[in-house]
Amino acid sequence: MAAYMSAGRSENAFSTHDFVPEWAQEEVSTGTTIMAVEFDGGVVIGADSRTTTGAYIANRVTDKLTPIHDHIFCCRSGSAADTQAVADAVTYQLGFHSIELDEPPLVQTAANLFQQMCYRYREELMAGIIVAGWDKRRGGQVYTVPMGGMIVRQPMSVGGSGSSYIYGFMDSNYKPGMTKEECLHFCTQALALAMERDGSSGGVARLAAITEEGLERRVVLGHQLPKFSNT
Amino acid sequence: MERHLMDSQIKGVSTGTTILAVTFNGGVIIGSDSRASIGGYYVSSKTINKLIQVHDRIFCCIAGSLADAQAVTKAAKFQISFHSIQMESPPLVKAAASVLKELCYNNKEELQAGFITAGWDRKKGPQVYTVALGGMLLSQPFTIGGSGSTYIYGYADAKYKPDMSKEECLQFATNALALAMGRDNVSGGVAHLVVITEEGVEHIVIPGDKLPKFHDE
Repeated sequence: MAAYMSAGRSENAFSTHDFVPEWAQEEVSTGTTIMAVEFDGGVVIGADSRTTTGAYIANRVTDKLTPIHDHIFCCRSGSAADTQAVADAVTYQLGFHSIELDEPPLVQTAANLFQQMCYRYREELMAGIIVAGWDKRRGGQVYTVPMGGMIVRQPMSVGGSGSSYIYGFMDSNYKPGMTKEECLHFCTQALALAMERDGSSGGVARLAAITEEGLERRVVLGHQLPKFSNT
Repeated sequence: MERHLMDSQIKGVSTGTTILAVTFNGGVIIGSDSRASIGGYYVSSKTINKLIQVHDRIFCCIAGSLADAQAVTKAAKFQISFHSIQMESPPLVKAAASVLKELCYNNKEELQAGFITAGWDRKKGPQVYTVALGGMLLSQPFTIGGSGSTYIYGYADAKYKPDMSKEECLQFATNALALAMGRDNVSGGVAHLVVITEEGVEHIVIPGDKLPKFHDE
């Protein structure tokens, strides 16, 4: 069993250990907190802004909310490289599909494109993605495509390393039929709680609301985040 | 083989679990689920009581390897009774927690058990102490532990207020346990709660179907 664990680490004759700092040898990961919530008329999505390589914060103002199309976004968690590559590929595919159809693409289509790629390359990829957006057929929708390549539509979804800590909060505080402002407030609180507890999440809270009218982005800076003090 | 490298590396029966203790105005509530499992694959008991009474007004709850926890609490119970007889007065909660801490720290290589100690004493009133895996001792107004606690950090941070009433505190503890049991597959069964005050000790059991339900259930 020990053989599995230590494969590749200290076996090299020419170890770069002395010449390169440890964090430069680690993979860049968006250990993160991401979430998306449906409301009547659209979706609200949110994410923290920390990207880490080991213990070093490579980017403290990352934007993990990536546009895939005019009214469709994805929230990325896992390996930064993998998720960027997959998101780029899906953006291209979806753009092409939309031109062919001569109408805006469905959120379900975007989600399925993600799912196909994440499932086909499941062994190579480390990517947990939440796809959310608005389309004319079904309104606001949230689809989660976790690692492994499953797809499921949910009214609300959380992902990333920080999500574990807020399942209880989400389960108890989410109510169906919230308004856009309520959703934004709910997401801000949830992100703040997760960022407080998860070492791999932090920085600022980025939020976006997607509706038929378009996109509204917000940033909640560190000192403006809600505080929950109990010590 | 790789199964053993997953979450729980505890051999034998473990209390993959959710435990918590919360102080309120005049007392403390200590609570837990009731599931014991082997490696997260087989539920070996649906109705185990993880709230052990170590003295009249002091309880502790256990997480980790059930065998280790039972051995440690048995030794601790004896030491605390003896100490209490020698001092001719009820033991301090801190003393009980320290006894557990000594046992955990001095045997840290062999043991895999963590504890939450909660109780009431005349000197400081209601208190909660947590003894972590390696033997660290920490006093907090409230604490959560066990594998299921990960899922309720956000909820607990958001909802805890100091100086709650007994009813508010019961609601908080019940909700927290229900939420954790809903998400953690190695926590479940019934919710055990013990309310400890100067007046006495009250044991409440909430069966699974009477636990609060949330939006998607």
